[in-house]
Order: sequence, then structure tokens, then C-alpha cells
Amino acid sequence: MSAVADKYPLLQELGVEVISVSVDSHFVHKMWNDYELVRMVEGGIPFHMASDQAGNVGRAYGVWDETQGVELRGRFIIDPDGVIQAMEMLTPPVGRRIAESVRQIQAFQHVRASGGKEATPAGWEPGKVTLKPNPDLVGRVWEVWKPDME
Amino acid sequence: MEETVGCARVTSTVTGEEPTSTPEPQPSERKEPTMTVRVGQKAPDFTSPAYYKGGFTSVKLSDFAGKWVLLCFYPGDFTFV
Repeated sequence: MSAVADKYPLLQELGVEVISVSVDSHFVHKMWNDYELVRMVEGGIPFHMASDQAGNVGRAYGVWDETQGVELRGRFIIDPDGVIQAMEMLTPPVGRRIAESVRQIQAFQHVRASGGKEATPAGWEPGKVTLKPNPDLVGRVWEVWKPDME
Repeated sequence: MEETVGCARVTSTVTGEEPTSTPEPQPSERKEPTMTVRVGQKAPDFTSPAYYKGGFTSVKLSDFAGKWVLLCFYPGDFTFV
């Protein structure tokens, strides 16, 4: 969570709000923040740390592990209309790469701003070439994009 | 017994004899609300108690309508990753 907090200023610039969710109570969230996370990121966690002790939210999002009674490491990108644009789920021992979430958000924002007229190829980052799907592009993507451009 | 300190959260298990008096739940009671989220579909709204900047509050997903939201679940506070 401290890794997400570290990228929070950048996420705010992109108009992104963050909510973290676990089965711990909000009291434990406070202790974790005050005792440990504040030593990893200046000022502590700047976003809402939600508590889902009964697992209701986790169940609704398909990340509930009923054998351990915890949420799996699920990550969702939700657009301004409340629609899920991306989801990722990891087992507990492997952490996320926040930079990849940022990259995906930037790509979804670009596509949205284009009104769906543009698509972003693999590995796209701001400034790189996008694809403009139209009949003339069929079978000719190779002319404008190659894997080494990723 | 010493346990390996891993990232999995260990939980309790009921041991001993199986209780015999518990009636088998009826199929209708057993039914869980099976919601499957998918990309391209509306995110389920929720309200949760939350810790936020030194205070206790509640957070509602739909309060952030009009903004992008990064929603991150994780196995637990004070775990290692």
C-alpha cells in the first residue's frame, strides 16, 4: 500500500482517487499507518483505507478467499462512469507494479478522450503512436506499428 | 509447533468430532449472491468504514463518480508485501 501511496501525487494529477480494501478493521488500519507505513511514505497513507471485515465487498468483486477469510490482491481501474475498465488479481506473495496501473490509466484516459476513435497498442505510453481503427488499417497495422515500438 | 512465516494469512480450523446436530442447510439458504464482475460492466457500489488522514469515516465508491478510481484489495495489514 505504501507503494501506491508513493505514487499518489501522480495519480491525483491524473484525476485518480484511490481506495484500499482489506478485512482489517479501520482501527487496525490506523495502527498500521501510524506504526509502519508512515515510515515508508512521508505523511502516511493519503487515501481512504476501507475495512471489509465480513468480506461483502470482496465477494462482490470476486476477490474473496473463503478458505483464508481474506481478500486476494485484486486491482480494479474504474472510469468516471463507474465502469470497470481493467482488473488484475494476484496471489498474496507477489506485489503489484503501480507504474503499470498508471500506464493503463493513461491509456484508458487517452482512448476515452478520443471518443473511442483511437486504440493503444501493446506497451503504449503517452507520446507513442496510437492506432486509428478504420477499414484502410485492416491488414496494414505492420505499416504503422511493430513490436519493437513497444 | 513453529509455523513458517509466509505471506498467507493463517486462520483457525475447528478440530475434533463433526457436530452431528447441525441440520444440513437447505439449498435455498445455501445460495450465495453470485456476482461476477467483468471489465466493461458497472463496478458494484459499496460503503465501508474507513481510516482516512487521522480520522474514522466511511467511504462510498459512488461518491467518486466523475473521477477515475483505483480500487486495491490486499490480504491484510502488517503482512509483508
